[in-house]
Amino acid sequence: MQIGSKAAVKEVINPSVSISTKTKKSFFQRMMSQKALLAMSLPFLVWLVIFKYIPLWGWSIAFQDFKPARSLLDQEWIGLEHFKFLFTDDNFWRVLRNTIGMSTINLVLGFVTAIGLALLINEIRHIRFKKSVQTISYLPHFISWVVAASIVSYSLSLENGIVNIVLVNLGIIDEPILWLGKEKWFWVINGLTEVWKNVGWNTIIYLAAITMIDPEQYEAADIDGASRFQRIKHITLPSLQPTIIILLIMNLGYILESGFEAQYLLGNPMNLAYSENLDIYVLKYGMSMGNFSLATAAGIFKTVVSFIFLFTANHIAKRFGQPRLF
Amino acid sequence: MAQRRFFKATRHHSGVGDYLFDIFNYTFLVLLCVVMLYPFLNQLAVSFNEASDSLRGGIYLWPREFTWANYKHVFGEASIVNSFFISVLRTIIGTLTSVLGTAMVAYTISRKDFVLKKFVTIAFVLTMYFNGGLIPNYLLVKELNLLDSFWVYIVPGIIGVFNLIVIRSFIEGIPESLFESAKIDGAGDFTIFIKIVLPLSLPVLATVSLFVAVYQWNSWFDVFLYNSSSANLSTLQYELMKILQNSNASMSGKTAADAFSNANASANMVSPTSIRATMTIVASLPIIMVYPFLQKYFVKGLTLGGVKG
Repeated sequence: MQIGSKAAVKEVINPSVSISTKTKKSFFQRMMSQKALLAMSLPFLVWLVIFKYIPLWGWSIAFQDFKPARSLLDQEWIGLEHFKFLFTDDNFWRVLRNTIGMSTINLVLGFVTAIGLALLINEIRHIRFKKSVQTISYLPHFISWVVAASIVSYSLSLENGIVNIVLVNLGIIDEPILWLGKEKWFWVINGLTEVWKNVGWNTIIYLAAITMIDPEQYEAADIDGASRFQRIKHITLPSLQPTIIILLIMNLGYILESGFEAQYLLGNPMNLAYSENLDIYVLKYGMSMGNFSLATAAGIFKTVVSFIFLFTANHIAKRFGQPRLF
Repeated sequence: MAQRRFFKATRHHSGVGDYLFDIFNYTFLVLLCVVMLYPFLNQLAVSFNEASDSLRGGIYLWPREFTWANYKHVFGEASIVNSFFISVLRTIIGTLTSVLGTAMVAYTISRKDFVLKKFVTIAFVLTMYFNGGLIPNYLLVKELNLLDSFWVYIVPGIIGVFNLIVIRSFIEGIPESLFESAKIDGAGDFTIFIKIVLPLSLPVLATVSLFVAVYQWNSWFDVFLYNSSSANLSTLQYELMKILQNSNASMSGKTAADAFSNANASANMVSPTSIRATMTIVASLPIIMVYPFLQKYFVKGLTLGGVKG
């Protein structure tokens, strides 16, 4: 308040200040008066062009027979050859199946568990306990995938793995199983690992949305004698709907992003057929075999399909009058 | 307070169903916490247990034969000590430069009268929806002579668009009158940034610092991709990743001795399992000790970015 009035007094004393800000200046004049702002943003704009926009030009190598030894401008153009190879390569369809399979499992599991956990945490009235559960559930999100994968593979190991110990003692399995050697189980293991790592973190956004709900709704429900399940079903879940939809849209755009680190770090020759995804395919063809063009073609395929998914989901949300991303 | 008591009291009227719900809920959440915590406590116990004894199994939450040998071994290995320093260095330099740079750009695009406000904002936000991909990025880094250099950890990721939006949203919440009066007092945009924006944005800067520091500390893929032939630029996570890859490979038929010959099993005091557990603790302890204290901030920062982004 004091600051505002001080400014007002100054304007009265020195009217030129307020006049100069109100008269319309030319673009160039305004630019000259904002040298500091320009100096603070232009270097990063240059950085942005170099590191984010110039690599887009690198997409051209998907249409070339790229030879790293030759200069970037001196490459042979071969059209859609690499895309043709891609779509006839059995490995490509296998990694595509794995990618979509794993990201669908991750999407469904991720949503259901995060919403469920947020609802359960929200029902705790003991504040200390609530805070502790939240802090502990965030923990796996902060550790690296290397540490997570190391922990998971240790927990799943044949001799000392806690998973086998618990399952054998509960009588669910007769003898320890080498889980990471069972290729058909990989999608499930990957999905559960993802849930373990991120479920706590993913509740944050839902819990924040729940705090926006008008408490009077709950009070009215209490007076009407609603049970906990009824309150969750008729107040909390409907209030979360817009948040759920916008997060769903965002995640549909990433349907080909099944993650890379988990699959790469938990993958081994025994589960390869089900653990390799598009990103690993790109890495394998590109970096290990040096076929930069084919790897880039696969990368382009991924980006373009993601874009189509994102726009479609966004369009559908618009049709149904739901909140949307852009 | 009295009112809250009243509603609590009415809730208890709703009967046995609610009571059972509470029992189930608390039991389930305690179990969940066990699942989240146990693997870390178990690794901690193994890391303090004598290596040959660990192989017999049965170590759960407490070491059976306590020893410092695993830690002594890990910190006696020159390559691991070096990778630890590189990890610390990239975390400190990476966080400082990224937070300062991102805050600067965020400030400029929060100024309503800035001529390039729209242009800069759109240029940054667009990059959230596409990227060149692995190979073009690799070729760029190679062309820029950033291969086998420390700066490849810092420069390519200096600004994160999500962080940019979070900080911008926060700065936009600072009362406009503060900027106006500072301007009238003759302060330039840069002075305003240093003297007003930075101090007032400390909560959001703390959040973003945590995000960036965690990202830097946890990175291993850029080491693998760009610097795998420079042993002196390796990081802790990458060293752990190599040990993990060795034991993954050993599962597929190679004998254990084969796979671990290069995993520093030279002294018979240690085993790969113990080394892995010890490295796991060393690689995650710094983060585990910091993040609970910033919880209040990152929860706010995340929702701020989520709503306005």
